[in-house]
Amino acid sequence: MGASQTRTESKYQDLADRTGFSPEQIKNLHKRFQHLSGNEDTISRANLNSIPALANNPIKKQIIEAFFDKRNQHQDEVGSFGEIGFEQFLMVMSHFRPPTLKTTEEEKEALRKEKLRFLFNMHDTDNDGTITLEEYRKVVEELLSKSGAIGLEAAKAIADAAMLEVASTNVPHMAPDDFYEGITFEHFEQILQGLEMESRMHIRFLDVDTTTMRCGKSTS
Amino acid sequence: MPSGAGSHNPAGIGRSLPERGLLLLMVLVFLEGSVLPLGAASSPDIRHQENVDNHKAADPGHNFTKKAFPVLDLDYKHIQTPFEISLWVLLASLMKLGFHLIPRLSSIVPESCLLITVGLLVGGLIKLAGEQVPPVLDSRLFFLCLLPPIILDAGYFLPIRPFMENLGTILMFAVVGTLWNAFFIGGLLYAVCQIQPANPNPLHAMELLPCLLFGSIISAVDPVAVLAVFEEIHINELLHILVFGESLLNDAVTVVLYHLFEEFAGAGTVTVMDGVLGVISFLVVALGGVLVGAIYGILSAFTSRFTSHTRVIEPLFVFVYSYMAYLSAEMFHLSGIMALIACGAVMRPYVEANISHKSHTTIKYFLKMWSSVSETLIFIFLGVATVDGPHAWNWTFVTVTVILCLVARVIGVVGLTYVINQFRIVKLTTKDQFIIAYGGLRGAIAFSLGFLLDKNHFPMREMFLTAIITVVFFTVFVQGMTIKPLVELLAVKKKQEAKRSINEEIHTQFLDHLLTGIEDICGHYGHHHWKDKLNRFNKKYVKKCLIAGERSKEPQLIAFYHKMEMKQAIELVESGGGVKLPSAVPSTVSMQNIQPKKPPPAKPAERALPQLPKGREEEIRKILRSNLQRTRQRLRSYNRHTLVADPYEDGFGDLLLKKQRMIELEKKIKDMSNYLTVPAAPPDSPTMCRARLASGKDTDFKPAQQQKGSKVCPDPQAYSMKQGSDGVPTIHVDLASPQSPDSVNLMDEFRQASQQQEKDEDQGLMMKPPSRPTGRRKPGETDADKDQQKLMRCLSDPGPSAEEDEDEDEPFLP
Repeated sequence: MGASQTRTESKYQDLADRTGFSPEQIKNLHKRFQHLSGNEDTISRANLNSIPALANNPIKKQIIEAFFDKRNQHQDEVGSFGEIGFEQFLMVMSHFRPPTLKTTEEEKEALRKEKLRFLFNMHDTDNDGTITLEEYRKVVEELLSKSGAIGLEAAKAIADAAMLEVASTNVPHMAPDDFYEGITFEHFEQILQGLEMESRMHIRFLDVDTTTMRCGKSTS
Repeated sequence: MPSGAGSHNPAGIGRSLPERGLLLLMVLVFLEGSVLPLGAASSPDIRHQENVDNHKAADPGHNFTKKAFPVLDLDYKHIQTPFEISLWVLLASLMKLGFHLIPRLSSIVPESCLLITVGLLVGGLIKLAGEQVPPVLDSRLFFLCLLPPIILDAGYFLPIRPFMENLGTILMFAVVGTLWNAFFIGGLLYAVCQIQPANPNPLHAMELLPCLLFGSIISAVDPVAVLAVFEEIHINELLHILVFGESLLNDAVTVVLYHLFEEFAGAGTVTVMDGVLGVISFLVVALGGVLVGAIYGILSAFTSRFTSHTRVIEPLFVFVYSYMAYLSAEMFHLSGIMALIACGAVMRPYVEANISHKSHTTIKYFLKMWSSVSETLIFIFLGVATVDGPHAWNWTFVTVTVILCLVARVIGVVGLTYVINQFRIVKLTTKDQFIIAYGGLRGAIAFSLGFLLDKNHFPMREMFLTAIITVVFFTVFVQGMTIKPLVELLAVKKKQEAKRSINEEIHTQFLDHLLTGIEDICGHYGHHHWKDKLNRFNKKYVKKCLIAGERSKEPQLIAFYHKMEMKQAIELVESGGGVKLPSAVPSTVSMQNIQPKKPPPAKPAERALPQLPKGREEEIRKILRSNLQRTRQRLRSYNRHTLVADPYEDGFGDLLLKKQRMIELEKKIKDMSNYLTVPAAPPDSPTMCRARLASGKDTDFKPAQQQKGSKVCPDPQAYSMKQGSDGVPTIHVDLASPQSPDSVNLMDEFRQASQQQEKDEDQGLMMKPPSRPTGRRKPGETDADKDQQKLMRCLSDPGPSAEEDEDEDEPFLP
């Protein structure tokens, strides 16, 4: 990266305005980004795949895929990237920002929608606006993928039951010939109302640089 | 305790009049609150004499005959203690019952207030009758009998997730907050006592240490009071766990402070060394309590691993181990409350995986029962003790205490929240702070601790007790009564009542993994990361040791799914065998509606169910029902030591197995033919839908219906039809899930029968039986196959009048 210090500073500020992160957080994330990409400008699936801590995550594939999903960039595009730059990386991360004390009710609502949309997009792999039974089964299968043979069979039953639950809560009366195509976003919102996504789907982004902290500890 | 009441009742009916009269009188006392003093006594020594005299006076006509063998004898002394305990419990239960019969009253006034009032009345009556009020809220009784059930109930059903997520905040409030309260109240009280030079009252004599001791007693938020009030206001989970968690964890602080100050009050001086020792002692008391609890919890979990053959005593292990944890902790002056909480929380996930469903229900009910009786008794006793107590009313002291309590609480909460909010992601709003401060109720623990004080060391004990009671009454009555309207007024978020749905469970798990993954990508290890690590450790090692059999490998999601399925099945049974749909799926949506559409059926005309003559349909239905009844009755043999073979367990396991087979089958079928999925259910039959849903596949009866045809004309459909038919799970699952054991048995009988008759059929879960009897009974019938459809519907819909035809003869099962 040949950018000068001031340019990176202003770039950080620009990103901070768009993603809502503080410049320090962005700086931290940038460090991590560079670490992951091996000091490249972009990051590829292989980079993320090689994170050792992710190895045990049953939904590793979906998580990585979400980073390369154009729908998560707020730009009304679909499809997926081959590689993403820091800006895209940050955009995806911004879905996991916690609400602050000052967020108003409307903002909270928007935040919730945004977070739910992120989840929805993770499930809706073919981007047709609905999570079909097949897609849902896939999700549950992945979730249970670490639990061996029993997982696969149960996954299907669970997905079916879950789908049925969605269908019956949202469309209570169906003729036997009707067909529930899949979970739309509205229905998705409906069923996950109780989870309070706006206050749950977040992680703590560090304000302070951990690497320097470690250095500080060793020196002091 | 219950046995005392139970054994007495029949005796009263069968024996002498006086005794019966006595019983009647006692009940009257409780019901009407009349002036008779008989009922209220729990300590044997005081009441006993009077009671015996009573009987002597009433009895002579019957008993004082000769020296002959006494046909009837009265020995009240013999049963006095358990009898009086039973009476107290009975009084408590009746009161609880009574309040809920008057919904208007209980909606305004919290139960705890009403109970205290009842206690006051009872105490007043005893006093009026010139009796000495028994020391009901004796510390031993309170700490060894009344408190543990409540705490165990709280610990066992502690919502671990929110608790752990907010542990930092809770600890902050519990430790720092309580310390602050104790020292603030104690210190300022001392100051107030000193600044009245003109006033010649005993307050001058107060020293600092008794003041601090008093502060530490009065500063702890009481779990019993908090539970009683918060359970009624249905506040959101976060606030509930914050206040309640604080009330539980501050026990360690209170214990240490109490012992510390009690010790020093005797010695007189405190050095820095003592302070340091106090801090160490706090750590020992808190962590030691948790450790003791965890050890017993693990022991309990380990024991429950081997109880699969003696299901009846399973619940006992939970209670006994927990109680032992409590006692062991108390033995070393560790925090018994923390030990109980830790014990309950540690054992629960493992015990629940090991024990049977019925045992689980038993545990749940026993805990709830004990804790609610204890709670009721505590509040009543609090009232009685108020009347009884040697009071030393001191306006200054009492008023200052109440005000200081409020002020300290508010300052403490606001100050601590300010600090905590720097670290919290979900910040505590002003409203939250208000409720936390306002929810700081004091209760019987404080009173009991005050009661424990030694009169010789603390000449002000009576004044302390009076002040404590005033504070307790103030918080319970004023705050307890106004908190509900305030919650409404402030529009504090309430708890949602909805049950946890499977979708939510899926997404909770999904979110956990997602957040862990994102944290890992971010490269720092937040609490999701550590939680994940812990979970993995738990799954890998701990579960294997503590959970028997297959279930140790069962992922949480699957366990949840099974539980949910079971609940639905039970609901279905309870609702009358499929008349009503379970509330979880209150619609007509069926599996078929969400399955991807398959090509249209070959013969759409056959979809409609053929009409059966009304009479015949009824007949068939009766036959099926009575069969069901018979198998069900067969299971109901009673044995004192073993419960009836647990229907849900065995039946359920069976069901799961069969379901698994079915899923495999479905896979096969899918590859084969398109003709399988013909929607056949008439829209008017919700049970059918339910059946289809439960079976996890869209079933239709066409294949079954065509079996005959398939034998005749071997067209390409034939094989697949048969597959479909033997996979037809409709009846099987529908029966199996609502009426598990019986229906599974029935199913087996069916299957055996059908295998005998039609050897050429596949072995699967066929729905043959109905067709067989039908055929046998009316051999000439040409549309037997169509009847079969009808039959299936009958079978799947036992109807509301399932019980009426037990005496029906059933000609069709061998």
